[in-house]
Amino acid sequence: MLITCPYCGPRDVIEFTYQGDGNRERPDPASQNFEAWNAYVYDRLNPAGDHNEIWQHSGGCRAHLRVVRNTLTHEISSVAFVRGDHGSAARRKAEDKP
Amino acid sequence: MVERQSPLEPEFHVGSHGNFEHGVEILLTETRPGSIVQLAAWPGEEKKLIAAIRTVTGLSLPDGAGGGLSDGVKSVFGFAPGKFTVADEDEGLAAAFAKAVTPAIGTVTDLSHGRTAIRIAGPKAEWVLAKFFAIDFALTAFPIGAGRSTTHHDVFAQIQRTGADQFDIYVFRSFARSFWKALCHASEEVGYEVQ
Repeated sequence: MLITCPYCGPRDVIEFTYQGDGNRERPDPASQNFEAWNAYVYDRLNPAGDHNEIWQHSGGCRAHLRVVRNTLTHEISSVAFVRGDHGSAARRKAEDKP
Repeated sequence: MVERQSPLEPEFHVGSHGNFEHGVEILLTETRPGSIVQLAAWPGEEKKLIAAIRTVTGLSLPDGAGGGLSDGVKSVFGFAPGKFTVADEDEGLAAAFAKAVTPAIGTVTDLSHGRTAIRIAGPKAEWVLAKFFAIDFALTAFPIGAGRSTTHHDVFAQIQRTGADQFDIYVFRSFARSFWKALCHASEEVGYEVQ
């Protein structure tokens, strides 16, 4: 499985660490809404198809990435920085020239 | 200043080795830079950090991910969003950057004693490195001056191309001897010379 890191380009999955489900939203740390916390900790969509995931390129640029992976085929349809302000650091075509 | 010891010392054997009857196709050496510094910009401060790099080193970083350059004495390359590695033959780079990179711009980490720089050169350099790292070493995909961060069996490595067939690899000092031995073994079949 290859993940195309927006900074480093296509890399083997061995360089990445799975950081969990990308769909869940953490409640306010001060919140005492136990249902919301329960959903955050335990409830998962478990889809057979496209799944939003968080991965870290731990063996490369160490950026956290928002990845959409198909759980049936392992096809990766989109990869983006979790931090939006990293967008300008993405690989550009100009850099690919010798 | 205390003389810096090389972690490669017990396994650093100058001369030709391996299958070199038909010529040496790999040159291995330790570049021993006086300074290795890692710089990181706070969000939105990247341009100021790049300006500080130009002020201190005189090197103008090219645009784009993994961009870098080397003038033979000083080298700089990007290895992550807003993060850069700078190496210099002379000591004192961290002190110079500590003045130029204010706390509002980003951080300066002196890695001079934490990393070992190994240079691999020669017509088979790309071929040997392709045995180690699953990245594209072709000149079109990995231009001169550019940097890449990757791993070899969990040993984190930063690689800068400093010539058409020359690469500088920065590895953790504590893993450097093991990595060096692996690099020597991988170079045996094409013949290598340690300088």
